[in-house]
Amino acid sequence: MNMNESGMQTGSSFLEEIIRESNVDIRACYQCQKCSAGCPVVSAMDMYPNQVIRQIQYGRREKVLGSKSIWVCASCHTCSVRCPNDIDFAKVMDTLRHIALRSGIIAGEKDVPVFHMVFLESIKRTGRIHELSLILRFKLKTRDFLKDAGLGWQMFRRGKIKILPQVYSARREIKELFNTYEKGAAQ
Amino acid sequence: MKEATYYPGCSLHGTAREYDESFRGVSKLLEVNLHELEDWTCCGSTSAHCTDEALSVALPVRNLNLAGKYDREMIVPCVACYSRFKAAQQGAKEHPEYLPTPYEEKVAVHYALDFFCDSSMIEALKTKTAKPLSGLKVACYYGCLAVRPPDLTGVKQYENPDHMDRLMEILGAEAVPWSYKTDCCGASLVMTRTDIVITLSQKILSMALEAGADCIVTGCTMCHANLDTRQASLSDASGNKNKIPVFYFTELMGLAMGHREVKKWLSRHVTDPIKLLSSKGLL
Repeated sequence: MNMNESGMQTGSSFLEEIIRESNVDIRACYQCQKCSAGCPVVSAMDMYPNQVIRQIQYGRREKVLGSKSIWVCASCHTCSVRCPNDIDFAKVMDTLRHIALRSGIIAGEKDVPVFHMVFLESIKRTGRIHELSLILRFKLKTRDFLKDAGLGWQMFRRGKIKILPQVYSARREIKELFNTYEKGAAQ
Repeated sequence: MKEATYYPGCSLHGTAREYDESFRGVSKLLEVNLHELEDWTCCGSTSAHCTDEALSVALPVRNLNLAGKYDREMIVPCVACYSRFKAAQQGAKEHPEYLPTPYEEKVAVHYALDFFCDSSMIEALKTKTAKPLSGLKVACYYGCLAVRPPDLTGVKQYENPDHMDRLMEILGAEAVPWSYKTDCCGASLVMTRTDIVITLSQKILSMALEAGADCIVTGCTMCHANLDTRQASLSDASGNKNKIPVFYFTELMGLAMGHREVKKWLSRHVTDPIKLLSSKGLL
């Protein structure tokens, strides 16, 4: 069991990792469950927000990083604004996703991180999101070609879907920016 | 004439085209001269902040630096982009190591709704409201990022905001009280967990109907897409099939100011809003 400078028990290197990286002190949680009560996506979670905090405190790294919960969190910030102890849990969820990706742990919701990666690749390619290309590239990864095809057609008819991406001059600059961050050079 | 930089973001050049058109339309009527930011790039959106914090600061900062070249404020109608800009301004201060060169804050960034709710704009709007939206009951739906996190948005009443309600009342509409103003629609989960978005959106839609609203008003492209397109299986408590049009607040501003292109904007909606407005004698 470790003690930090304020004399609080920490006892888990995973807990310390989360506190250090998120800069949010989740030791202040007293399990009132207000975060879980207000969470709009709690019914799709395999671990409620308050349980995620408790599991981090227990040091259950693999269980937390491999959970569905961290990927179905919609980043709505309701938990953060309602926490009586000012724990910015939405920020903790971001940190958990970052660590999960870096650790290479298999995601509990596999399509969500795949979507994020396709989205970022699209920005890297052209600097802006061309929605039709994004959707087609994502469908190539998930092989679910028919989902929302009818809706796509309705939106196309209403002039909401552009066939071709825009052409402008920042493409090379944005590729270089991505290359810098992928190498971790700016950090 | 007021000069302002306009950051559209990816959605307003695509699926939220009517938001772009109506935002430009009402800005012109209110004598705001918009200059679209040249060579803007994506803010990184949810995907950047969920995966790489440094990148989620660097992508908006690139645009902020471009906008900083001009001596004018920047208006962002897409609330998701706006939220990323505000977060990046804070992130750049807290983590200068995320950026290759230090960020110097030169540009004030405003969310379009906040911009139009400012007292000088409200005064201009009062004098230009030619066709008041009498008899139209609206449920103002703020969603998440227009109000949260409050240290970024500056909105004090983040649990029960009323600035869009007041804006709608100035246009002559009646803003109904309801309790789902700031509930989440599921946002970008629509691509991956559509089931969650359908559940959340239908709850919001049915609560607006239950509150007696004729329509919903929003200023978020994700909220608009989710609420406008996920109404196929919507039914009320007694099982009646019902639909409820979803407007961008700028479309209703344009309607009340008598903009000539309102019909064109509204023809892009999946859930038809024209029938409702015709039945109220507003279009």
